[in-house]
Amino acid sequence: MTAALFSADDISISFGGIRAVDGVSFDVQTGEVFSIIGPNGAGKTTIFNLISRIYQPTSGRLAFGGQDITTIPPHRIAGLGIARTFQNIELFTEATLLQNLLIGCHCRSGTGLISQLCFLPRTRREEIRHREKAEEVIAFLNLQRYRQSLIANLPYGVRKIVELGRALCTEPRLLLLDEPSSGLNVPETEEMGFWIDDIRRDLGVTIIMVEHDMNLVRSVSDRVMALNFGKVLALGTAADVQADPEVIRAYIGNAP
Amino acid sequence: MRYVVFLLVLLVIPVFAGEFYVGELGAVFIFAVVGIAQMLLTGYTGLISLCHAAFLGLGAYTAAILLAMGVPFLLTIVAAAVVAGLAGTLIGLPTLRMSGLYLAIATLSFGSIIATVLAKWDRVTGGWSGFIVPTPVVLGHALGGPVWLYYMSLAALLFVLWMSLNILRSPIGRAMIAIRDSEISAQSMGIHLSRSKVTAFAISAGMAGLAGAFYAQYVRALTPDAFDLLISIQFITIIFVGGLGSLHGAIIGAVFVRLLPQAIALLRDDLPFGLGRMPGLEPGLFGLVLVLVILVEPGGVYGRWQKIARYLAAFPLSRRSTSTRQRSFTRSERLR
Repeated sequence: MTAALFSADDISISFGGIRAVDGVSFDVQTGEVFSIIGPNGAGKTTIFNLISRIYQPTSGRLAFGGQDITTIPPHRIAGLGIARTFQNIELFTEATLLQNLLIGCHCRSGTGLISQLCFLPRTRREEIRHREKAEEVIAFLNLQRYRQSLIANLPYGVRKIVELGRALCTEPRLLLLDEPSSGLNVPETEEMGFWIDDIRRDLGVTIIMVEHDMNLVRSVSDRVMALNFGKVLALGTAADVQADPEVIRAYIGNAP
Repeated sequence: MRYVVFLLVLLVIPVFAGEFYVGELGAVFIFAVVGIAQMLLTGYTGLISLCHAAFLGLGAYTAAILLAMGVPFLLTIVAAAVVAGLAGTLIGLPTLRMSGLYLAIATLSFGSIIATVLAKWDRVTGGWSGFIVPTPVVLGHALGGPVWLYYMSLAALLFVLWMSLNILRSPIGRAMIAIRDSEISAQSMGIHLSRSKVTAFAISAGMAGLAGAFYAQYVRALTPDAFDLLISIQFITIIFVGGLGSLHGAIIGAVFVRLLPQAIALLRDDLPFGLGRMPGLEPGLFGLVLVLVILVEPGGVYGRWQKIARYLAAFPLSRRSTSTRQRSFTRSERLR
């Protein structure tokens, strides 16, 4: 077995007396789509916030590409190659779609303040490169017609795709998708499934996904992890996890 | 193209207009510079500041004191921007975790500290008796009088505009917008929140300080009360009236805020029913206009202008719904 791209080793975090994530361990192989499911409040989004370093784990260790990332500051995560989307869409709403994608390129920029203030040739070249990257993503996700629209004027379904695009602009190796289908209708969810497939196949990006829609989970994931109350209930293929008695009990309660 | 024509018009104005109006227009340019500074910080980064008058004052005093010591004029301008920029860093660092009202109070107190220092440190600043600003001399020419002030302020405005446009098309400017709209995702995109915020404060304060060097030439005698809270609030007014989140707005706002009181003063004598003799007419009308703008047109004068331009562009086909925003169900209008 090759070394995992990402691994979480016995991570825990408590908020006051609540152990939101309690001794969770898993690893994700390169090129895999790894889904995390579980009832509300199971700690799924908390795991994402731990990976993107917004929360500091109380104990445990996170590693990405062989590097320990447990103590890295949150703004450096994107530079390492981990991008994410948010459950309740956190786009920059008063900016255009293009600006949003260019902000996604931020972690790949390295010119100094003076160079930017005077827009020296180095910054100019870098801007051209960023714009090309953004255009590539726009073409990949078919967003051409919205290029100059304010995010505030875009429908919800498009915003979901834009957030995906913004994450792709960071040139990630690992993509964290927090409920990509929430708020989408059935055809839009199907489309999202195709995008996820394309991103994995064409761009070779590894994906960790938190999702409630079991159809989507079944159709795209290689492995599924079920959580409840911060603990791992089951880990395996979608069919195995869905058939697990613990998982069934967590969702619909004890058999009478 | 339109801007080139506009600039040419601005360049020839002093040939025709009277000295008083030329001087006042110079002051408009200076206020527009501070308006742009405030716009970058408040309109783009989403950080409120009630101490831009203090940065303006720091710049003005720095330039004036150095001029009196015989330092070349250009150097005093640079020094004014640097000193104010350092002060901006100083206020930016401790207030990193603050936003909204808390930041307003923190910057308010910082502003009054600066005003107090300017008043009490009278060996250097002249205190309440004022500080007479020397006329700058460049290559043997004395650059006194409103016409010189007009051209120098116009040059300063163009310089600051150029720099702001560069900022807005560079990563740093987009980082500012990102921080305004969503800190959490800005962070996940690799933006160093605290560094970007301090940079925004420093740049904004530096621009205000630069304006101060010219403001000193406009007022000719510096007193601490020329840089108090009311002036800071004028700058806030500039960006709200002009329209948040656009450089056009900062300039339109400056024109509005500087020229409205003058216009009222001119009209005073012709008002019916003895209205013109009413005390407090100017601030009253001013406040009324501000309230109306916020109630009727939150996008400011520039936002209204964009709507009119769209209406004219689509002329017979325009409908009410063209400019109504789609209702959004996510957190968005955080700043408003």
